[in-house]
Amino acid sequence: MTYSPEVRERLETDAKEIIGRYPKTRSALLPLLHLVQSEDGYVSDDGHEFCAEILGLSKAEVVGVSTFYTMYKRKPAGEYHVGVCINTLCAVMGGDQIWSELTEHVGVGADETTADGKVSLERIECNAACDFAPVMMVNWEFFDNQTPESAKQLVDDLRDGRAVSPTRGPKKLCSFKDASRILAGLPDDLAGDGPAASGPSLEGLRIAKANGWEAPK
Amino acid sequence: MTTLTPILTKNWDLPNSFTLEGYGDYSAAKKALGMEPDAIIQAVKDSGLRGRGGAGFPTGMKWGFIPQGDGKPHYLVVNADESEPGTCKDIPLMMANPHALVEGIIITAYAIRANHAFIYVRGEVVHVVRRLHAAVREAYEKGYLGNGIMGSGFDLELVVHSGAGAYICGEETALLDSLEGFRGQPRLKPPFPAVAGLYAAPTVINNVESIASVPSIVANGADWFAGMGTEKSKGFGIFSLSGHVTRPGQYEAPLGITLRELLDMAGGIREGHQLKFWTPGGSSTPIFTEEHLDVPLDFESVGAKGSMLGTRALQIFDETTCVLRATLRWTEFYAHESCGKCTPCREGTYWLKQVLKRLEAGQGGEEDIATITDIADNILGRSFCALGDGATSPIYSSVKYFRDEYLKHFEIGGCPFDPALSTVWGPK
Repeated sequence: MTYSPEVRERLETDAKEIIGRYPKTRSALLPLLHLVQSEDGYVSDDGHEFCAEILGLSKAEVVGVSTFYTMYKRKPAGEYHVGVCINTLCAVMGGDQIWSELTEHVGVGADETTADGKVSLERIECNAACDFAPVMMVNWEFFDNQTPESAKQLVDDLRDGRAVSPTRGPKKLCSFKDASRILAGLPDDLAGDGPAASGPSLEGLRIAKANGWEAPK
Repeated sequence: MTTLTPILTKNWDLPNSFTLEGYGDYSAAKKALGMEPDAIIQAVKDSGLRGRGGAGFPTGMKWGFIPQGDGKPHYLVVNADESEPGTCKDIPLMMANPHALVEGIIITAYAIRANHAFIYVRGEVVHVVRRLHAAVREAYEKGYLGNGIMGSGFDLELVVHSGAGAYICGEETALLDSLEGFRGQPRLKPPFPAVAGLYAAPTVINNVESIASVPSIVANGADWFAGMGTEKSKGFGIFSLSGHVTRPGQYEAPLGITLRELLDMAGGIREGHQLKFWTPGGSSTPIFTEEHLDVPLDFESVGAKGSMLGTRALQIFDETTCVLRATLRWTEFYAHESCGKCTPCREGTYWLKQVLKRLEAGQGGEEDIATITDIADNILGRSFCALGDGATSPIYSSVKYFRDEYLKHFEIGGCPFDPALSTVWGPK
């Protein structure tokens, strides 16, 4: 299977815009892999071929790159790709228990997708939100301060099509494909959604203000 | 007593801090564009600013290494690949205050005479990517980026580039390979990026917080910045407290503040528990214990006590936490993230993981402690880049401070800790 002429034309338009930002075209490879992932929900054989053709690379060169990076999926991810941080701090704070109860509840394991195609699970490494531990990510949006119960509820809501909101992100969660398009360098207009900062991010500032502490003038 | 100094975090409680309206008018960049580029480099040298990404290399000196008048394009690359376990400062900074970074980029690019800059941001933070794109777009619309910015003769293009999940791309030369569209594997140094970086052209690579600190130096002067901190570790930085602490979060303070002071502000260790061990700057920095509570958190003092300031990622663990479990999980991380280029790191982290799994399960003996430190000896200093070195930090330091805890596992044939007690919702 190859992309239909319409899809190909659309991808080419996007790809040319992205490539135009870089002094050398090959620099566009990672964004373009995100782009084809936004089309297929994973980096498909067609996706690899498309990137190779448009950048003048061999398919082997492209596959060699895509397989190095964990965010590029080699089989379709769920519409909602759910990550549980199992790096030390989150694991200790409860991430291990969340993972174990969540996999039991959903019935799929690491890097597997539910039969309805809705949810895939991943054991993720530190996502730079340790002050919000235990942390989960869905389609790479923050779901902070999780518990086993909140994690199971979250996945149930996703599977049942109920709207969920990231803790620090847009009002409505977008799909894995939509998120991939943003990572390709083609953002949506939701940057203004969600708080500037919240909770632990503001703790030091709150204490400084309460004590009248300021930087030197 | 050291007090907090909100500078980069100062506007974070404004609902629109991530917009131009909530940030300001780029007055530092305007001032900088009226200065000689070399004078900016000198000011940053005078300020004493050292890299905030962990290594602490003097920022102004790094800029000074860029050969001028060489006829080659120069590049500025911001390392926004924040992935070191425990490190969580750049992500909230870019979420709440991306314009501080963009303004710092304009000043830095002008100083090193680069007309093309990149923000290499890890891909796993979509909302941060949105905020960066929006800030860059706003700056273009205002004429702060593009051709002849702010009426000067200076042109600058800025590209937000998302990574794709690889801790190793936080290593500066791996980042460059990744940005060039290759697997992110480190390059041999020398040549250093200042001579042959992106596309083999002179390149400065700086951490997000380093660059975001630059506007405040230009606006307030090098002396203002150098007036904070310690003799050799000047200025302020964001200290990130996480784990078993009452109020985890981001605390912006002069370098040299102690964990005791920070814990006082943060309400101490969670109620009913005691400090057991902590990392001063992420998992790659050897762990500390209660005896280090009063070590000034600056580059020299932390180094003198056998660890590293790193990224000021203070991961705090109380007495319910098994140090073998923590060490194993960090080791699994390094094994997962090892890029595979060099044998000591690729094989060493793999074998450390196997052995530690067995030890945590209580199926080891005293001789296994020698095995893991011996493997670490074969990684440290023999790996291609700092990832391998970092992987040995939890091994050496956990054995150094908690040898008895290893032995206890062997003695009872299992782990003496109940992980449920360490969780947020565990029994009090």
